[in-house]
Amino acid sequence: MTRDQLQRVLLPLVVALVLIALWQWWVVAYDIPQFLVPSPLVVAQTLVNDWALLGAALLVTLKVTFLSLICSVLLGVAIAFAFVQSKWIETAFFPYAVLLQVTPIVAIAPLIIIWVRSPTASLVICATLVALFPIIANTTLGLRSVNPGLQSLFRMNRATRWQTLVRLRIPSALPYFFGGLRISSGLALIGAVVAEFVAGTGGTGTGLAYQILQSGYQLNIPRMFAALALITATGVALFALMGALSNWALGSWHESALTQSES
Amino acid sequence: MTTEPLTAAANDTPPAVSIDAAEKTYPNGTRALLPVNLTVRPGEFVTLLGPSGCGKSTLLNMVAGLLAPSAGAISVWGESPNARAYSAQRLSFVFQEATLMPWARVAANVRLPLDLQDVQRATADDRVSAALKLVGLEKFAESYPRELSGGMQMRASIARSLVTDPSLLLMDEPFGALDEITRNRLDDELLALWRSKGLTVIFVTHSIHEAVYLSSRVVVMAARPGRVVEEVFIAPNTPRDESFRVSTEFAAYAKKLQESLLRASANANEALA
Repeated sequence: MTRDQLQRVLLPLVVALVLIALWQWWVVAYDIPQFLVPSPLVVAQTLVNDWALLGAALLVTLKVTFLSLICSVLLGVAIAFAFVQSKWIETAFFPYAVLLQVTPIVAIAPLIIIWVRSPTASLVICATLVALFPIIANTTLGLRSVNPGLQSLFRMNRATRWQTLVRLRIPSALPYFFGGLRISSGLALIGAVVAEFVAGTGGTGTGLAYQILQSGYQLNIPRMFAALALITATGVALFALMGALSNWALGSWHESALTQSES
Repeated sequence: MTTEPLTAAANDTPPAVSIDAAEKTYPNGTRALLPVNLTVRPGEFVTLLGPSGCGKSTLLNMVAGLLAPSAGAISVWGESPNARAYSAQRLSFVFQEATLMPWARVAANVRLPLDLQDVQRATADDRVSAALKLVGLEKFAESYPRELSGGMQMRASIARSLVTDPSLLLMDEPFGALDEITRNRLDDELLALWRSKGLTVIFVTHSIHEAVYLSSRVVVMAARPGRVVEEVFIAPNTPRDESFRVSTEFAAYAKKLQESLLRASANANEALA
């Protein structure tokens, strides 16, 4: 690990440690009651003690998040390909893709939960609706962002539509796609949590959002914080995972990956 | 060291490129190029020289078949550029920028035209090494384009255009983005390739010095509307080397072209006034 890489990991970690220490000091010094703000130590203890419950809930949330992310990628890429193949399809359907983006998921989640029998499936559908748009928009943009000179070169060599797609359009679109994937991974988690909040009031689901709701009703604030910490950690881990994936795929040639590993 | 003199016999062979009153008017009424008549004989090095907006790139794109003329006709080796039979073996295009695929190594970039024509891998690889050797990049076959300097990227681009063994090379300001020292060196390398491979070249530039140095014939063009104003033959037997660049002969040609360009733009201003 180089000095720069070490710094990139170390500096945020120091910030976190300082903030947690301040929090601990503040709660102890001012004698804040646990049901208002629990100290970091108490949250950590709860995390360990309630791990059976919280760990199972984390798995459920992770499952919904990954399933919806996979659905978003498959659907989003397929839709982007359709848009790029025909201007007609794009003109006809793009407004509806935008509609998907601007409709608040909280508003339509109850409907989906009523319509779809399986709780997991309904949560996955909700989260997919939230995470889908960045993949569609970025991949479409990427498939269109082809160097005009290279496009002429392919034309002059009488490349088939398939050759142009595989050898030119898809590689050109990859950096855009990975940009969309990073945004979507976060949105899939948010979608999974928000949908479960709505579904949880209907009495189904045992994910992290449901644990937060339950802890709220029981005024078990430390457990609420512990669940919240798990969601946050999941979000950070997802973002890092997508970054690593993008670096792995683009590392040898794209500027975004190069500046990260060289700066 | 001397360029091939244009013999009487060369005049009898069928032309490499024949442009017959080809013009380009865009649907919005802009006249990018007034009708042009131009015949390029096999083995000629013809340069289209003019300011931006004179239609030199338009003309080149029409010869390449990337743009259709709105009137008139163009044929390359006797074929119309629009025909699907238009064969890449006979014509290659070098763009203003290197236009290499950043995700592919140099060898894969150079192999692209062969891959698109489904040439067998072993045959293709042999031809790629030969093309890379021609431009002196054989050591960089496995490098990515970003690892090369601008001049080396342009060499890779030229290798890609030569890998199909074309007889006609179309070049659209290929060295415009390079510094003068690199550009002069690449000009020399291009001339050597032109001679050794018996290429026919149509070269677009806005540099008077480059035009004089490279060409056997310079077609002077003017803007608003884009048109051909004059053709200047550069003495074919003059050796092209550093002594030519500083000779009085070179300066005389440069002066002639400069005056021709100035006259053309003065006429355009009068027409506008």
